[in-house]
Amino acid sequence: MEISIGAVVKGGTSLEYKTGSWRDQRPVLDMEKCKVCGQCESVCPDSAIHVFDEEYVIDYDYCKGCGLCAYECSAGAIEMIKEEK
Amino acid sequence: MSVVKVLEGSEAVALAVKACRPQVISAYPISPQTHIVESLAKMAADGDLDSQYVRVESEFSAASVISGASTAGSRAYTASSSQGLLLMTEVLYASAGMRLPFVITGVNRQISAPISIQVDHQDTISLRDSGVIQFYVESNQEAYDTHMAAFKIAEDANILLPVMVCMDGWILTHSYEQISLLAQEAVDGFLPPFQPAHFLDVRDPKTWGSYAEENVLMEFKYAIQNAMEYGKNRIKEIFRELAQITGRDHGGLIEAYRTHDAEMVLLAMGSVVGTTKDAIDQLRMKGKKVGLIKIRCYRPFPHEDIWEAVKGARIVGVMEANFSFGSEGAVAMDLKARLCGRPNAPLVVDFIAGLGGREVNMKVITELVEIMEKASSESICVMEPQWVGLDQTILSQGAQS
Repeated sequence: MEISIGAVVKGGTSLEYKTGSWRDQRPVLDMEKCKVCGQCESVCPDSAIHVFDEEYVIDYDYCKGCGLCAYECSAGAIEMIKEEK
Repeated sequence: MSVVKVLEGSEAVALAVKACRPQVISAYPISPQTHIVESLAKMAADGDLDSQYVRVESEFSAASVISGASTAGSRAYTASSSQGLLLMTEVLYASAGMRLPFVITGVNRQISAPISIQVDHQDTISLRDSGVIQFYVESNQEAYDTHMAAFKIAEDANILLPVMVCMDGWILTHSYEQISLLAQEAVDGFLPPFQPAHFLDVRDPKTWGSYAEENVLMEFKYAIQNAMEYGKNRIKEIFRELAQITGRDHGGLIEAYRTHDAEMVLLAMGSVVGTTKDAIDQLRMKGKKVGLIKIRCYRPFPHEDIWEAVKGARIVGVMEANFSFGSEGAVAMDLKARLCGRPNAPLVVDFIAGLGGREVNMKVITELVEIMEKASSESICVMEPQWVGLDQTILSQGAQS
């Protein structure tokens, strides 16, 4: 990174930081139970859940495994499982 | 052509700010700064002020609004005091780091507890490490003039830092004095519109103060220090340029008053400077070789100019209305640190005077000079800060309870 006055850079630099590697548990979505209501998308603090072809997709590059989506999902469609490497 | 009017200090500042054409003003009331933003509010409501006037719910927001406005490329302003300034602290550090050139009037008032609304410098001194440039003014005319310079200094392409003009609450803000007002054309000639290198634009998204890892963070901080050091000369140039327009020269980073042959030098800032000058004139008539350094610019700290003014003196007495608990006054710390290692540096004695609005009059100042005279003639190094005018009766009551 070059020194720019005030650390002003082009927007979107956080895309380069794949923070998903910080995770110690991962959310797994059961599409059988999912009602595509959007609760998980709206509570995700990392904007790591997106709607795609009328299905919800979790972007594991940025999901830090906080579990908010699983806690809020009224259909019980998201389960947090231990991350293994 | 300038017009002379009898104005309240706050109103003079409001007129100075208006003349600088800020595009955004945020406001949250707190004594004793209230009349400044109140005057600006009236101007905005009357259609005399072409600014976005934003009423906010806290000083944190007041600072955040001008920080945001500044990233959007606007000239921006607010004013606050005491607790209000402390609530801004986090935003001010961030804004200095993002190199946002807004201006704040820091109307000095003591910090709770116990609660009081009287003047001292604890509030703005507490912000000395934030990267905000700080000026302290002696009079309302100097307050008016310094606000003009403040925007130009802040916006200098090699400085780009917030600037705070600190003025004593009540003593200045609520006093009526003759103020010489500049014509709008003169101000416009001195202070052209703000031309930011970067500004927020949805068509070209940018991030301010982006994430900096340990491999670059120190360099960003060093860049702020470079801007401060560069600022020392640039501030003097801008003050001189303004003095040519106003015909009033308040000095550079400091004003040295009768220091040329002084054996004893007082160092002060703010409205107490005027009283101190009078005290020095009286002491001079009695043959005492006393002088005064008035600090106009506290950050960056003008230690080179101070050294030039004190290097022949035997003792410097710092009069300051702030205290760092567990140590001493901040200005004495600055001075001692910068005198250390200088050849034949004078002794320094730290006088804590005027906390919470306690009066510092000519009698008090004369007594301080007597202490300095004794210390310097006997070469006594007064290590401990001297709390001026403590009431022993009150202290003993406190010890019993």
